[in-house]
Parts: sequence; structure tokens; C-alpha cells
Amino acid sequence: MNNHIEEEFDIIVVGAGHAGCEAALASARLGLKTVMFTVSVDSIALMPCNPNIGGTSKGHLVCELDALGGEMGKCIDKAFIQTKMLNVSKGPAVHSLRAQADKQFYIHEMRKTVENTDNLYIKQAEVSELITEEIKDGLKINGVVTSSGAVYKSKKVVLCTGVYLNARCIYGDVSEYTGPNGLRAANHLTKSMMDKGISVRRFKTGTPARVDSRSIDFSKMEEQKGDDFIRPFSFSNDPWDIEKDQVSCWLTYTNEDTHNIIRDNIDRSPLYSGDIKGTGPRYCPSIEDKVMKFPDKERHQIFIEPEGLYTNEMYLSGLSSSLPEDVQHAMVRSIKGLENAQIVRNAYAIEYDCIDANQLKPTLEFKRIEGLYSAGQLNGSSGYEEAAVQGFMAGVNAARSALGKDEIVLDRSDAYIGVLIDDLVTKESFEPYRMMTSRAEYRLLLRQDNADIRLRKIGHDIGLVSDEEYEAFEDKLKMIADEISRMETKIAGSNQRVNDFLNKYNSALLENSKGVSFASLIRRPELNYELLEEIDDERPELPWRVREQVNIEIKYEGYIRRQLQQVKQFKKLEGKKLPKDIDYKELSGLRIEAQQKLNLIKPENIGQAGRISGVSPADISVLLIYLEQLRNKKE
Amino acid sequence: MKDTIAAIATGLTESGIGIIRMSGPDSYDIISKIFKTKSGKKINLEESHKVHYGFIFDGSDHDSVSRETLDEVLVINMKGPRSFTGEDVIEIDCHGGVLMMKRILELTLKNGARLSEPGEFTKRAFLNGKLDLSQAEAVIDIINAKNDNALKASVKQLKGVVSDKIKKCREIILEDTAFIEAALDDPEHISLEGFNDKLSNDINNLSKDIEYMIRTSENGKLIKEGINTVIVGKPNAGKSSLLNALMGEERAIVTDIAGTTRDTLEESINLGGISLNIIDTAGIRDTDDIVEKIGVERALNAAENADLIIYVVDGAVKLDDSDYKIIDFIKSHNKKVLIVLNKYDLEQKVNAEDLYELKNASLINASAKKLIGIDEIQSEIEKLFYNGSISFNDEFYITSARQKNALIEALEALKNVDDSIKCNMPEDFYSIDLMNAYTSLGYVLGEEVDEDLVNEIFGKFCMGK
Repeated sequence: MNNHIEEEFDIIVVGAGHAGCEAALASARLGLKTVMFTVSVDSIALMPCNPNIGGTSKGHLVCELDALGGEMGKCIDKAFIQTKMLNVSKGPAVHSLRAQADKQFYIHEMRKTVENTDNLYIKQAEVSELITEEIKDGLKINGVVTSSGAVYKSKKVVLCTGVYLNARCIYGDVSEYTGPNGLRAANHLTKSMMDKGISVRRFKTGTPARVDSRSIDFSKMEEQKGDDFIRPFSFSNDPWDIEKDQVSCWLTYTNEDTHNIIRDNIDRSPLYSGDIKGTGPRYCPSIEDKVMKFPDKERHQIFIEPEGLYTNEMYLSGLSSSLPEDVQHAMVRSIKGLENAQIVRNAYAIEYDCIDANQLKPTLEFKRIEGLYSAGQLNGSSGYEEAAVQGFMAGVNAARSALGKDEIVLDRSDAYIGVLIDDLVTKESFEPYRMMTSRAEYRLLLRQDNADIRLRKIGHDIGLVSDEEYEAFEDKLKMIADEISRMETKIAGSNQRVNDFLNKYNSALLENSKGVSFASLIRRPELNYELLEEIDDERPELPWRVREQVNIEIKYEGYIRRQLQQVKQFKKLEGKKLPKDIDYKELSGLRIEAQQKLNLIKPENIGQAGRISGVSPADISVLLIYLEQLRNKKE
Repeated sequence: MKDTIAAIATGLTESGIGIIRMSGPDSYDIISKIFKTKSGKKINLEESHKVHYGFIFDGSDHDSVSRETLDEVLVINMKGPRSFTGEDVIEIDCHGGVLMMKRILELTLKNGARLSEPGEFTKRAFLNGKLDLSQAEAVIDIINAKNDNALKASVKQLKGVVSDKIKKCREIILEDTAFIEAALDDPEHISLEGFNDKLSNDINNLSKDIEYMIRTSENGKLIKEGINTVIVGKPNAGKSSLLNALMGEERAIVTDIAGTTRDTLEESINLGGISLNIIDTAGIRDTDDIVEKIGVERALNAAENADLIIYVVDGAVKLDDSDYKIIDFIKSHNKKVLIVLNKYDLEQKVNAEDLYELKNASLINASAKKLIGIDEIQSEIEKLFYNGSISFNDEFYITSARQKNALIEALEALKNVDDSIKCNMPEDFYSIDLMNAYTSLGYVLGEEVDEDLVNEIFGKFCMGK
């Protein structure tokens, strides 16, 4: 069958969703001849589920991706129709930006970008087979074969197949073997992967119904407007660059009637009848899960979100379901404001094949298949943002490996990206993995506002952040440092003007004639850097991002310092590298479970070993002693 | 760790009985080579945890005539994993002469065992999952225990009383943190309203518990390491006699060890379960020196670092300049002081009123020579240090400095959380310090791994344990 076209590429990317696009863009921009396969060119960067980018902790991922030189932030800055900073009542670490997207516009913009990137070629075909050769300790990738038999050779292949492998969409007792939105599933690649020794499992996720906006009574709902201050995701944009009129979302609630309809029909849910075997995400539950798990809860929030500016379809956020069509119909119409709702698309659950990401190195390359990388939902994650950052890292690492450069691994104290990938490749996971702020131990350091400070240099070193962007960043750093030091040294005297100011904000007056530094006033809970402008005559004009950093870094200095101390401790264990060739069965002090887990995951260092479930602190002590003995032997 | 280690498990002193211990896969084999039962048979090791009576002989020499019987011994065999180390263990109880113990040890080494490194037995026990880290530390304490109470404290820790208490604290912290985190991730279903009050309350209780552990760790330290004591008094007041009286019959176990300072000597006295480390006994013994004044000065210098000052007053002569110097010192230092009005059997030239400046210190009439008042001294020390009695019923003691530091860190972290609550900081800030507290408490248990800890702990062991 392999009798036509045979072409060689530096990098092959399989899939053109959020992971595939970022992988292909990164690799092509680094000068490598890259081909991106998709089952449908029309579905490039498709958003088959929620019409937004960002949100709690996902906003962090997008900002980090942008700081490194990814595309998602820039794209959503063009395609948003509303933006909102979430959690503003909480600390800066959990502030998360979320933008409603015009889905079609997002696709349009991303497609324009990938189509106009040099070295990047798009092919509509289903990849059905991996070509490998045997090497010592495993396999090596040599290319792929499409379902029509065409052979494409490459030393590096990045799999970003999303939810398409053996996909099955289900609602009630109806099921169709298609990908999202009726798109063609990829039904061959799983077998080839399994033939190569990759272990595969089945996950499920779901999406709610879309209804016609003309059939919704918005007057019965609470309007959710966007923020006045439009904050861009991309560090290369300023608010006034992207300003536009925003559209609203709407809030309504389920009620007892809704819950009764669900309870009465729960036996018809494929999740509960056992027809769906795949494991669903705990953190993005279907409405039937929420009703069954929180029986005391009288109502659940439903956000009505526009799918775009040029469509009447509205997304019912919070109402994801796999109940049969008639139940969905009744359920939707039981909700205030949706009494006459016309459903355009039904909610459905989707089941798909994915891999256990413990088979991957932190670079996202398969441990046993050289040159083969995996990213996105195929790795058992959920969400556009989680997919995009993995695609980017896999693309960058595949490209750097092809170029003979060191691969790049971010750790848990560098970025949410590091937390995400470390969790995926290290921890056991039985459901689609969703990023959450609680997963990041060093949250206060991993804020979205300082993502550039953490990662811009790495992005520039990789070669995906332009010199111009990098110079702007360096200027910013200098301004921040200068202003912080000015605040530390500038003294507010205990004079009438200062005390009037303090009085105005219910802050304790200064009685000491020596006065205090401006920085120490900023640290008072009731004051901040912006307010102090009233008594600061020498204040320079500074960009908004600089002012924000100055305030945060001074105000939370004590907490930041303590968190940095934690990171120092963390880095000590991360720095203790474990040799690749240890057979953990030989270490008799380890418990058997630990021996097996360690042999399976082959952690890079002591820190990672400690995060493997089934490896106890006593096991870690054994490893530490072993390393110590090893060191002694060498000396 | 496939080899077999051996060591003398009892101290290298002349004592009634000595124990040589082996652990490892060859220990059964080795004992078969060097032991014969009384009736001349080979040892039967089929059943574990049996005591065998017989003789150790040098089996390497096959000429039966020159086969030398070394000692009459009891041998106990313990089959792994049901042993202290989790490996096959042999214990040889021999007669306690230093030479004998050394010869038997050499014999085991000749037959394939290796001399153990310090702490290696316990290290193996730890590595084989027989002990957790705080228990391993307790083993060190048991080994080094200076008296019965120290031993009891260590045994309690080994049993896990400390672990249980701290585990409970950690559970509460983890629960609270998890609740905050869950609310951050799922604000729709989990509300933090009113949570600050609960958290404040929890922190308050936890802090009290931890403060208590820190406070009692002082007791723990005193129990384990002894009370650093200085005996002061003018020349000829009877300091040496008092020292001898306190030592009483147990003089045999008193050892002279060089102190850390240049020329101070330290002697350890076991006084009814309380250890007194008498600092600068040199100063006491030197009081007959011509330069008599130096005696007092030196003792007072030593007293700067003491937990307890025993001021011996010569009741038979009037107070003099040396006494006033001592009284001034005591007044200006916040130390625990016991005044012993000595030579009570003679005509008294000094009475309590003469010492009114020290009226806060307890005063005991005694005669060191006639052994009057010695029991009162003991009970007064108990009162001063342990609120009258040393109870081990529901008390437990943190005994290591490492554990104490970790507890102090945990307490500080909790205080930071409390500050955050008081300053109305958003809840997401609490986690940093809550996790610090959690981690610090974990260090006490070894449930958080500190890279240097493991080696540090096992480095402290002595040989053969």
C-alpha cells in the first residue's frame, strides 16, 4: 500500500488543535521543515467545547505560553469578545484572566497564522501508523504513514491527537463513532501505538448543549459584563492596542425541578448505566454528577456564553451532560430564562483513547521511543490551555533535539507549565487532568502578572521571543528595580500632609518624627502603591505593568520571601539527580511497590521520585543513602 | 547491603555480661561454625527466637586438641524479617570482660562478618522498614540514655507517642489547607464564609499543643542530657563532701570525662532518676589550692551556663567576702538555685536571716559528712525542675534539638498564618505558612525528607547499635 508520495520532514506534528498548532508553530519558527496533519483543515484550532480561553490557573498557562513565545495569547487578544479578571477579591497569585472568544474568529486568526508561517506545511490526512526501527533499549521513530498509504519520513514526530483516537460521542443510548462536532475520528493510530508498546487507556469528557439566543429570555438572568480595564494575555500587547466593545454573558441557575428531572432519569445516563467506561474529569463535572454528588445544593450556576459575534448559538456553561435528548430538552427548559429555549446542538459525552503520560520524559518524549513526543489531551489532560502549553513544549523540545540542542524542562517552581507536565509524567491519574491553582506549591511566585519575569529570557534563548520584545522586557525589569529601590529609600515624614493622607484611608498615623519608608506604607493592608501617589511628588510616569509589579513585590515581600525559601528547599532535592541506569529492584531497602513504581517512571531526580504515589519518605531516605554511597564510591 | 555485620553491642567496659551481635545473611552460618551446645552438638537454628546454651570455640582449627573453647555463652537466634534489623540476627551473650568480647567479635569477623559502622544496625532496621525516623532517633536516645527517666522518654518516643501527637497536628493543618484550596478551585460549591474563625481557633489550639511540646522539650533535654549543675561555695565549705555524698554508693558508674572548656571536668550523678552533670569538679577539688579565690571565680564562671547552682554555705563560720561575691552573682543571674546550709551538725554561725537577700531560693540544712539532708536536696531539685515529680504517664518529651527546632519553625509558621488572618489577607495567602508548618512537623517524623537528615542521624550512632 505504501506506494505513493514519500517525503521527508524535520518534524511531523499529528493533529492541528491547540497543542498541534503550538507545536508546529514553534518548530517551524525555529527553522525546521514542519508538517502538521489534521483530519480536517477546517478544524484547525477548533474550540469544540467552551467558548473561552483562560480562567482560574488556565489564564496563568496562557500568560506563561506567551512569555515563552507561544501563539495562544496573541490569538485570543485578537479574537476575544469579553475579558474578565477572576478572583480579584483574592490575592494576586490567584487572579486569573479569562476571555470569551469568538470561536470562528479564533480559528480564522490561528489558521491565518499557521498558514503564513515559513517552513510550516499543512496536510489533511489521517495518520494511521508510526514507522519505527529498533535500537538498544527501545525504538526510534522514523516517520508516519497516512490512512491512504502515503509515507512521511521524519526523525521527530509529535502526537497531538486530542480526543480523536477511536472517539465516540454519546448522549443517552445514542452513540456515534465520531470526533467532536461530528468530525471524523482517527480509528487506526491507536493500534499502531499499541503495537509499538505504548499503553493506552480510555478517558471521557463532555460538553453542554448550545441554544438559540433568540429563544432565551435574558431579562430573567443576571448580566455578566466584561471588565472596564481590558487586560491583554500577551505581554506584547497593551490594553489600548486591543480595545473593543464587549458583549455580555448571563447567569441563571438550575432549580429543584431541574434536579428532579435529572434524578428521575439518572438510570438513562450512560455514565450511570455503565455504557461509558472512560473516566471523566472530577473538576469539570456533568450536571448529573453535580446533582448526584451535592444533593443538598439547591441550585447550580449556569452561565450563558455567546459562541461568537456572528452566531446566535449560546453555550450553557455548567450544564454539560450525556443524558438523552428528551431529558436534556426538559432539563434545559426547567431553567429560569430558558423556558422556551431551542437547542441547536445537544450536549454529549465523548470517549477517546489517550496514553498514560508516565511513559513520557519531562521533555514529553516517550522514554522508550526516541524522537516520538506526545502532547495535549492525548496525555490525559483536559482543556485548550493545558493542550497548548504541552504542544509548545513538545514542539520546542523536538526541534531542539533535531538541532542537537539541550531540551528544555520547566520545573514546579518555574511555571504552571512545569507543574502540569511534572504531574502528568510523574503522578498517577485516573481522570482527565485539569490545571488548578492548588496544584502549584509555589503559587505566589507563579503569578500570571510576572510570567514574563519568570520565562521571557527562556523564550528569548529558545529563539521564539524577538529581540525587540526582549529589549522591551529588559527595560521593564530595570524600571521595576529602580522604582522598588526608590520606594524602599523614600521616607514619608510624620507631617501634616502624610498624616492627612493616612487618616483618609483609615491607616495608623505616623508619630515617630523620623518617618517611615514608602515601602513600609505600601505593606499596610489598607494602602498600596497607587494610593501613595497622592503624597509622592517625584513619582515617575511608569507603564501599568511596571506599577503593578512594584506594588506586588513590595506589598507581599514577606510572603514572597518565605515562598522563595520553600523553593530553595525544593531545588535541593530536584538537584539530586538519579542515574538513568539504576535498577531499583537491586536496592533492597526499598519496599516492593516503590521498586516497581520507580522502575516504571525512572525519575530524573530525588524530588520527582518523592512525588510518585507509592514512594514513601522512607523510600526516599533509602535513595538518599544510596546516592550518598554512590558519591563515596566515586571519591 | 548483602553482607553480614557484627559488633559489640554493650559498652566496652568491665561488666557482668557482654553482647556481641551479628546481622545479615551469613550470621546463622557463622554462629554454626563457632558455637557448640553443651553436649557438643551443632546449634539447631530451625526455630527462631530460641536461646541456646553452649560454648564459643575457634572452629577454624580442625585439630580438636588445640580447639580452644573461648567462653560459655547464651546464643539467641532471630530469623529475619522478625528481628530488630529485619535480617537474620544472632546475639551472643558472653561474659563481660573486654578481652573476651573482643576475642569473640574477632572470631565472627574471621568467619565472614564485617565490623559494623556506627549506627549500621539501626540504619538497616530503618532501611528494612522496621523503624520510622523518629523511632530511629529514639533508639539513639535509648542507647545514650543516662538514667531511667531518659530511657522512659525514649521508649515512649519509640512507641510513637510523639509521632501520634504530631500526626494529629498535621492532619488538622492539612484539612484546613485542603479546604482553602478546594474553595479556591471550586468557589461555586465550597464557601469560605466563616472559615477564618474556625482556622483561628485551630491555629490557637495547635500553637498551644506545639508550645507545650517545645516547653517540655526542655524537660526532655534535662532528662536525657542531665541538669548542668555547678556547686559553689567558699573554700572548705564542704563542696567535695557534698559531691561525694550525692554520688553515694553509685560511685562506680561515675565517669570522668573531659569537658568542652579548657580545664573543666564533668561528673555525672544519678540522683533518683535525675542526672546531674556537675560542671567544673576540678574547681571543687582544687579548693585546697593556695590561690583560694580562684576556686570561687572559676565556679561562678562555670555557673554562667549552668541549669542549676548549688550554693554550699559553711554554717559553722560567718559569711565572708567569697559568700557575698556568690550572693551578688546569684542575685544578678536568673538561675535556679539551691542553698545548702552545710555542717548542720556543728554549731551554727549562719542562719537563714543572714541569707535574706536570697530568700527566693530554697534553703536546706544539711551535713554532707553525716549525710543529713541529702534526700531533701533530691526532692528539692525535682521540685525545681519537674514541678515536683517526673511523671511519664501521659507526658511525652521531645528530646532532640533537631525536633525542637522543627517545632519552633512550625510555631512561627502558624503565627504567620494568624498574622495574615488578622491583617485580612486573602485566604490564598494562608497556604504558604500552613504548608510550612505542615512541613516542619513532618521533619520531626521524617515524613518530610530533608536531604541531610538521614546521614546526620545515622552518623550519631555508636558502633554496634
